[in-house]
Amino acid sequence: MQLTLWTYEGPPHVGAMRIVTAMRGMHYVLHAPQGDTYADLLFTMIERRNQRPPVTYTTFQARDLGGDTAELFQRAARDAYETFKPQAMIVGASCTGELIQDDPAGLASALNLPIPVIPLELPSYQKKENWGAAETFYRIVRALVQPKQARPDTRPLCNILGPCALGFRHRDDLKEIKALLADLGIAINVVAPEGASPADIASLADADFNIVLYPEIAGAAAEFLKKQFGQPFTKTIPIGVNATREFIAEICALAGLPVPAETNASRLPWYSRSVDSTYLTGKRVFIFGDATHALAMARVAREEIGFTVCGLGTYTREYAREVRAAAADLGVAPLISDDYLEIEKAIIAAQPELVLGTQMERHIAKRLGLPCAVISAPVHVQDFPARFSPVMGFEGANVLFDNLVHPLMMGLEEHLLGLFRDDFEFNDQAAPSHLGPSKQAQPDTPPDFTGWTVEAEQELKKIPFFVRGKARRNTETFARERGLASISVETLYDAKAHFGR
Amino acid sequence: MSAAGTLARPTSPGCDRPVLRERGQHEVFCGLTGIVWLHRKIQDAFFLIVGSRTCAHLMQSAAGVMIFAEPRFATAIIEERDLAGLADMHDELDRVVTQLLERRPDIKLLFLVGSCPSEVIKLDLSRAAERLSQKTLPQTRILAYTGSGIETTFTQGEDSCLNALVPLMPTTQEKNLLIAGTIADVVEDQFRTLFTAMGITNVGFLPARRAGALPPIGPNTQLLLAQPFLGETLKALEARGATRIDAPFPFGAEGSELWFRATAKAFGIPQERVTPIIDAPRERARRAVARHRDTLDGKSIFFFPDSQLEIPLARFLARELGMRPIEVGTPYLHRGILGADIDLLPDAVLSEGQDVDRQLARCRAEKPDLTVCGLGLANPLEAEGLRTKWSIELVFSPVHGFEQAGDLAELFARPLERTARLRV
Ligand code: SF4
Ligand code: SF4
Repeated sequence: MQLTLWTYEGPPHVGAMRIVTAMRGMHYVLHAPQGDTYADLLFTMIERRNQRPPVTYTTFQARDLGGDTAELFQRAARDAYETFKPQAMIVGASCTGELIQDDPAGLASALNLPIPVIPLELPSYQKKENWGAAETFYRIVRALVQPKQARPDTRPLCNILGPCALGFRHRDDLKEIKALLADLGIAINVVAPEGASPADIASLADADFNIVLYPEIAGAAAEFLKKQFGQPFTKTIPIGVNATREFIAEICALAGLPVPAETNASRLPWYSRSVDSTYLTGKRVFIFGDATHALAMARVAREEIGFTVCGLGTYTREYAREVRAAAADLGVAPLISDDYLEIEKAIIAAQPELVLGTQMERHIAKRLGLPCAVISAPVHVQDFPARFSPVMGFEGANVLFDNLVHPLMMGLEEHLLGLFRDDFEFNDQAAPSHLGPSKQAQPDTPPDFTGWTVEAEQELKKIPFFVRGKARRNTETFARERGLASISVETLYDAKAHFGR
Repeated sequence: MSAAGTLARPTSPGCDRPVLRERGQHEVFCGLTGIVWLHRKIQDAFFLIVGSRTCAHLMQSAAGVMIFAEPRFATAIIEERDLAGLADMHDELDRVVTQLLERRPDIKLLFLVGSCPSEVIKLDLSRAAERLSQKTLPQTRILAYTGSGIETTFTQGEDSCLNALVPLMPTTQEKNLLIAGTIADVVEDQFRTLFTAMGITNVGFLPARRAGALPPIGPNTQLLLAQPFLGETLKALEARGATRIDAPFPFGAEGSELWFRATAKAFGIPQERVTPIIDAPRERARRAVARHRDTLDGKSIFFFPDSQLEIPLARFLARELGMRPIEVGTPYLHRGILGADIDLLPDAVLSEGQDVDRQLARCRAEKPDLTVCGLGLANPLEAEGLRTKWSIELVFSPVHGFEQAGDLAELFARPLERTARLRV
């Protein structure tokens, strides 16, 4: 049993829903109690999809359990076929459905429906959402894909694998990558799961190679296609300028094309080199998210903005090895966890000046008074902006520069705060003016070290509020390490000198 | 429904109305969702769901991602190795509870909340609660109830929770008024003020804001339901001696007035004494409601089943705003509790249970001006050209009583006003 206050991932059947909801002509019959229908709102509310997910829930109740829940499942599957006329169907159970052991696979095949019915085994008590999505996509591909058809056209042809429902910026990443491929003269055979029909899946083998944008979702299917049809797939995730360049080189190699000369593709390199960005240099950032985004952001933060990565972690245990390697390279301890309390502790210990994380780290950062940008799922309604906002490709790099930098207090603003600490409006007690005159700003976190002298507390107040929490913690750590009973003004400045970078 | 109930209310006209009963896919939350408001209401209680990752995910999705304070609920997620043997599972539960109470020593009341998985594997949480209480009392009391989707829909979770609290209520012989069902604190205060003015000073609320402050109950307790979904709690309170005051629910000017007047009657207070007390708030309510009449008058409305508030709300919208209910769906129809509201409800299809695809077909055919439905259905119906109101907001906002009547009307008017304003 695991005590959980927050989960980064839903159960594996939600992963399956992300696949079928992205596709066309598919339906999912899920043996599940009524409360599990909450999952519909993830798609209709968070992502604002204008259709219900193509899912039929059997919604069995306690009184059905003694009787025939198997019959209930069959009726639901038959009705779903009649009502929605899908071209293929997946069937499975949620966590409760799994416990009643009705065998949806056998029950569905006994119905002899005139369409492919793909059974899913998603162990709810072991696995999670991303695994469920990957497994579902793999099962669908495996069940539906047909041998390669010869084609007259000799232009290089690829599939794009991975974009799906409820993905972090998948919609816009896909558009950006499609444009990039068009520029390179590479044709797209199929994009899947997003927008793909069962017939599209059948023709996957026709492509020369696969582009895997989200290995958490499409990794298993790409491996299968490679083994089955010898289709190679891309390993580089095109997030950031450098990775996008490498990605282009990788696909050009796969397509047998020369790498084209680059034409001012992203503003990021110049923005990072412009003097204003001196203020970004060496800022400490803590990064946490799914493995793909966390790894990519760590690289962008270090190489392309000049931040210092002071913490790196992921909740994706499946990619723990890669994250450990990257953390070792950065000289930080890797954090592989989905316990947000542990992550909060790690963030406090790392003393970042900026947090790049999920919605949960955004909450943690808010509590700690730290700026934060969201870089990864789990998604929130705000992660589906109305504007075009990819994180992949060269435009994605532009977006990243803005998103990673805007939460920070910029240059001169920071100095002004430091210079004029007693300005009656421009201080931490004054709330931002847009909140109106009556609102009080949040007081900073109370000390857990009680030995502050009055003078030291006064002095601490003169430090700009956005670094004060850090100064307080540093000083307390410093005092504790030296066994000091109280903190004087001297101690404060000793600690500053000690930790100063 | 019980035979005893049939005898008790043989002539209730509410019982004659035909009801369309459906048994297909239910698109309704499970009772766990009640924790979203219960954990804010009972300020020193913590809710520990014993369930699966799905239950944890439901809670954070239904509560919205926006939980600013650390929530007073959590899930003990059952894992593969727990399913291996039950003895082991009780040890695990002990460990998790200890861990939790170490972290939150301020918790006075801990609910172990049963889920579908815990029930299917027959994990006896009541016994676990008793056993654990022996270790944690007097600091923390531990109770159990079910919020599972195989036993409860949405608001029935609150019924199940309050039902678990009833045995802990102290006994009294005094004449008192007990109001059952979670309502916003501000509404509670308004009600208390009005009852005090009427001369009813001994008023208790269930649930109370603090776990240790449960209201007393006894043979002279008069019981008012503030929420219609409390069938089991009602039975338990009646078994403790309380007498239910039959009244429509306090939505709108009329519903609130009838609710107060019925209470006065039960306490032997002459209606002339009530009139001056409720006149001013009732007039305020009427004026506030009337502001939305132009928007809603004559408009048709279709309710998908959700909270069991549908019938009283339809009654309010029909009688005070001139709306035309076409179908009023409820997950569960308790005629004993809703009789007074059903009597006032104009002709409309009453449906109980759900077959969501069929109901959607009926809704599309009727093309109502406003459809009240859950979050999973709202945007798809909007995209089809229907105007919708999310039902969950009706449970999460203060909507009871005179002072909230205008806000309640506005919740329904707003989607129509949005449409009227938009030119894109
Ligand atoms: S329906 Fe059952 S399994 Fe699903 S969230 Fe509710 S209690 Fe958990
Ligand atoms: S209130 Fe319930 S039990 Fe009584 S007559 Fe009506 S339906 Fe039957």
